[in-house]
Amino acid sequence: MPDTDDAAPTDRDHLTPEEVAKVARLALLELTDDERSRFATQLDAVLDLADQLDGFELDDVPPTAHPFGLVNVFRRDQPETDAEAAEFRRLALEGGPEVEDGRFKVPPALGEAP
Amino acid sequence: MTTTAPATATDAGTGHELLPDGWEMVIGLEVHAELATASKMFSPAPNRFGGEPNTNVHPVCLGLPGTLPVVNGKAIELGIRIGLALDCTVQRCVFARKNYFYPDMPKDYQISQYELALNVDGRLELADGSVVGIERAHLEEDTGKSTHIGDSGRIHDAGYSLVDYNRAGVPLIEIVSRPDLRDPEQAKSYVEELRAILVAIGASDGKMEEGSLRVDANVSVRPAGSGELRTRCEIKNVNSLRSLGRAITYEARRHVDLYQAGDAPRQETRHWDEEDGRTRPGRSKEEAEDYRYFDDPDLVPVDPSPGWIDEIRAALPALPRHRRQALVDRGAPAAGAALAVERDLDGLALAAIEAGADAERTVTHVANNLAVEGAGSLDASHFADLVKLETGGGLTATQAKQVLADMVETGRDPATIAAEKGFEAMDTDELESLLDGIIADHPDEWARFVGGDDGDRKKMQGVFVGQVMKATRGQADGKVVNQLLNQRASAG
Repeated sequence: MPDTDDAAPTDRDHLTPEEVAKVARLALLELTDDERSRFATQLDAVLDLADQLDGFELDDVPPTAHPFGLVNVFRRDQPETDAEAAEFRRLALEGGPEVEDGRFKVPPALGEAP
Repeated sequence: MTTTAPATATDAGTGHELLPDGWEMVIGLEVHAELATASKMFSPAPNRFGGEPNTNVHPVCLGLPGTLPVVNGKAIELGIRIGLALDCTVQRCVFARKNYFYPDMPKDYQISQYELALNVDGRLELADGSVVGIERAHLEEDTGKSTHIGDSGRIHDAGYSLVDYNRAGVPLIEIVSRPDLRDPEQAKSYVEELRAILVAIGASDGKMEEGSLRVDANVSVRPAGSGELRTRCEIKNVNSLRSLGRAITYEARRHVDLYQAGDAPRQETRHWDEEDGRTRPGRSKEEAEDYRYFDDPDLVPVDPSPGWIDEIRAALPALPRHRRQALVDRGAPAAGAALAVERDLDGLALAAIEAGADAERTVTHVANNLAVEGAGSLDASHFADLVKLETGGGLTATQAKQVLADMVETGRDPATIAAEKGFEAMDTDELESLLDGIIADHPDEWARFVGGDDGDRKKMQGVFVGQVMKATRGQADGKVVNQLLNQRASAG
């Protein structure tokens, strides 16, 4: 990470093109050098907006997890029928770009999810 | 820990030191357990093990555009049940997206809980009475299964992967312990106890061999008694309790070796290789850590009411440690009591003991002779009668075992079966005169029994017991015959 001290008069360091590149890599996006610089500036402006919240007294405000204010929306533990499952299977495998032995064929992946 | 752990971990039984003097292990475990629901966590696809690939699917767990997840209420109930069984605080919680690009999750994220978990701050008491802290137990969805197809199975080779989404979206609980464990044996007994609890409360089938219970171990080492927490490595791909013990020992030794060489371990995820008996680094860590969690906008928070929690608490069945204790309190040996609970036959044993059967014999039968299909439907009063017949001398141990097997099969009472098999208590007088006759017929053998060395004596004892058994068609009590032999020998 480059030294950004002299470029950051606010509390927060400015977003660097390198940080944008990292986020882009995590999101599997390919960006050009020009896009990296441009998005660094634009995303920085978004973060500036979020920074404005620091100016408010928010200790008594509970964090919002969802805008609806609803909780406990559940469904019954009722499985679909075998006929439904079979139909979903047929449609899914039919729609898969490549299928082998009833499984979806994809580019090689190491192991399983972390 | 409430009990004092030894400063240096040792192999159970052998006393062989696992780490060089002055070092101790610091172990925390992450246990994933699939919940015993009928349908998946957020979709109505069936939750069942095995079957043809991609048969338990639904548009939601296939991550199709336009679908929305809805929480399975039963999964929340089971999650709360687990939290209560582990003395956790059950709280308002929020689902979050854990983002990563692997084909085992078709949405490109896994729904989990991050900042606010359903259960926090609990404890688990091990069979030996020590206590391990539980950091959190949160809900999430399981991932699909991808299988690499290629010549060497290595990731860098050309080749491809095949993905089966039967498991994708199955409700999971992740139970994270505090780093309170100090040796592999303790880690294993933690998993055993946790598994017993999950099964006892009906939350999971706990089958490690089917992957419905999986364990990751966080391992580090430190100078014994120092209290510090050093860099840890997370060990994945541990598929049995035995592998867990081996993987922890290997990893801890690796850390000590590094420190002793003036180096230090890096924080990373490592994979246990069962064949080579070693751990290897997983994929690059800097980026693997960066899952960019955020609250899932498709799901509203879960906020269990105190009334609901109380209701679930009231319906919670007795926990394994309480069930073991109930048997031990009535005179059963601890190991037998543990087996009885493990086989879910402690209720039967308890009822038989209440009906007057000897606790030790009762539990011994459960441990040795009742690991069979149908044992659970055995009539407790019949079982008590059998044990009473045996302890009263009416049946030998061998006969009792045979009668018990018949009882499980036919449901008849022990007296009827014993009479039918011709098992009648042999009168001691009768046995004594029979034995005296055999001794008279075998003077040389008798001399070797009385005057020989230990080996001789043992061999001849076998000969005499064998003769008695032959003469009585196996109905004599071997224990009594031995007693009589010894009496005769010491009388000269």
